[in-house]
Amino acid sequence: MTTTAKKQRPEWLTLVIFTAAILSMPIWASVIGAGYPDLLQKFAIYGIFAIGFNILFGLTGYLSFGHAAFLGIGSYAAVWSFKLFTMNVIPAVIFAILFAALFALVIGYISLRRSGIYFSILTLAFAQMSYNLAYSVLTPITNGETGLQLTQQDPRWIDNAFSNAVSDGLPITNFFGIKMSGYEGFYFCATLLIFCFWISMRVFNSPFGMMLKGIKSNQTRMSYTGFNTRPYTLAAFVISGMYAGLAGALLAVTDPLAGAERMQWTASGEVVLMTILGGVGTLIGPLLGAGLIKYFENIFSAINDNVLNAFFSFLPESLQGLFTSLFSLFVGKGWHLTLGVLFMLIVIFLPGGLMEGFRRIGNLFNKKPKGEQS
Amino acid sequence: MDAIILQFLNGLDKGGAYALIALGLTLVFGTLGVVNFAHGALFMLGAFCAVIVNKILNFQLITIDPEKKTAWGTPVEIKTSYAEAWLGDFGAFLVDYSVPVSILIAVPVMLLIGIIMERGLIRHFYNRPHADQILVTFGLAIVIQELIKAYFGANPIPQTAPAEFAGSANISAMLGLGDSIVYPWWRIIYFLFSAAIIAAVFAFLQFTTYGMVVRAGMRDRETVGLLGINIERRFTVIFGLAAVVAGVAGVMYTPILPPDYHMGMDFLVLSFVVVVVGGMGSLGGAVSAGFLLGILQSFASMNEVKAIFPGIDQIIIYLVAVVILLTLPRGLMGRSGVMEE
Repeated sequence: MTTTAKKQRPEWLTLVIFTAAILSMPIWASVIGAGYPDLLQKFAIYGIFAIGFNILFGLTGYLSFGHAAFLGIGSYAAVWSFKLFTMNVIPAVIFAILFAALFALVIGYISLRRSGIYFSILTLAFAQMSYNLAYSVLTPITNGETGLQLTQQDPRWIDNAFSNAVSDGLPITNFFGIKMSGYEGFYFCATLLIFCFWISMRVFNSPFGMMLKGIKSNQTRMSYTGFNTRPYTLAAFVISGMYAGLAGALLAVTDPLAGAERMQWTASGEVVLMTILGGVGTLIGPLLGAGLIKYFENIFSAINDNVLNAFFSFLPESLQGLFTSLFSLFVGKGWHLTLGVLFMLIVIFLPGGLMEGFRRIGNLFNKKPKGEQS
Repeated sequence: MDAIILQFLNGLDKGGAYALIALGLTLVFGTLGVVNFAHGALFMLGAFCAVIVNKILNFQLITIDPEKKTAWGTPVEIKTSYAEAWLGDFGAFLVDYSVPVSILIAVPVMLLIGIIMERGLIRHFYNRPHADQILVTFGLAIVIQELIKAYFGANPIPQTAPAEFAGSANISAMLGLGDSIVYPWWRIIYFLFSAAIIAAVFAFLQFTTYGMVVRAGMRDRETVGLLGINIERRFTVIFGLAAVVAGVAGVMYTPILPPDYHMGMDFLVLSFVVVVVGGMGSLGGAVSAGFLLGILQSFASMNEVKAIFPGIDQIIIYLVAVVILLTLPRGLMGRSGVMEE
């Protein structure tokens, strides 16, 4: 899609730059006021979610409106692993990915029989079913409205087999003894993010990825050439479901609590927004989109009238009041309005998302010789 | 038997709301080829028309009567709304009937909003992919929703039905079956109202020349354009009409469900399922699927059914959607070649 005529940068170099950027994030993110671990963890987790979603939507063009279901399933599986077996995060992550893959296989197998909006509605229907069931009948497993959480009475068979120490307070998730909170938690998520990015890059550049792009641009022609496209789309669906499951598990790792609202269709809509905002079908775009939305959510929603008043204090009194009341619509509780407006602007003027914006700016500076535009 | 009739009635008013929203969605899709995710927001805006009219009618004039004193010795404050003070009995009637009266306001307002939306935004998306249309209208829905939330707050604002219809109707007595079935008047009215609106829209499309041209445009837009008819303008009006249908559906629904800023989205998701089950682009399909799913939903919430399939009431609509889409690829009455690319 957006392959430029430029010489392809070698994969290892991209990966090294990416790794350096992610690992140094606590340093440069603090410049823009995002340098605290909670937010950084969210960047990494939703980045994984969006990268995974992009493997399905960006490569095959199938718009799933139910991906949050896998996020929720991953969270529940992880929390159950904490409750039943051990507070170590590795089994939790593995369980979450396995369960999400299983569900993705079933849901994908059924939904991929249809395409276009029918596919979107089918995935939406499955996600809403899971959400409604998690809220009502499956309360023994999901703990309904309260959300599934750790208690001191949990069996934790593996942990208890090795130590008999009675602890006061709830146990904390750990990675072989390293507690998964604060920056340790972020670096755990970041490592997985880099790994996921690498896989996604491999998928994009592989024959399998080319096949998926072919399905996106013309599925009928792909079938005429003799390919059975269903297994390829199903594989893409399951992979992206596993990414979502991993993201769900990491949400549970950083905060061991799983609620049904994670599976609601608004959550599925959010990942669509992230992907579009950053740029569909680009490698790094979805990650940027996820970061931007989470950044807005945290920074903008924290601004209140006092902050605004202080900010506009250089203006005359009457103007100050006017500006404050005008801008307070867009911040604090109203940050969704900013999101909506920003999102509309992007879709209207910049259909390729932020990445297309960067490319256009880049083109301004280095004009390509004629005839090389691909 | 009684329980079955009661559930059937229960399904009718909910089905009426689904059918009205789905009808508008299908109209827009059939004429303009646009998937409008902001349609639920129009339903919500209609409901808030009723809220605004009610607020205006209830502005109160406070007069102090110096003669009468309360038990604490302070003068009695007599509160009368301006409508009553100026218009007497007719004013009182207006206040009582604020919900139906709102329709008179909602029709022009929604028509205007619909036309502005189409001319200002949707028009530029005719030739863009469906995914873009979905996304931009989704963004618009978020914006409208948040603006309403900023002005009216996040809490639902209850509206009352006119006193005449606030009670319940003894249906079985009317049919001569005893006193066992009692059902709220307003819900019956809502069903009759939605049936009337649906009939009116169909009659408009079927029996007027204007409607005939619109139907011809739905089939083959270019040919109609070649005949020298400004089909674009007619489609704009149809978009306005769809907005009006959604709006009045919202106005009349306020006594049943207190409006809040996210009611549109809640209904939209279900309405999309309804449209797809009915078949994209089929008006009859949308209406019948609306009532079908509404009735099925209310039957699934019976205790007898829930005892056999726990949780069925929560998922029935989605379950039916999945089954129908897998067995009938184009929904109940869909045409071929619509939205399958």
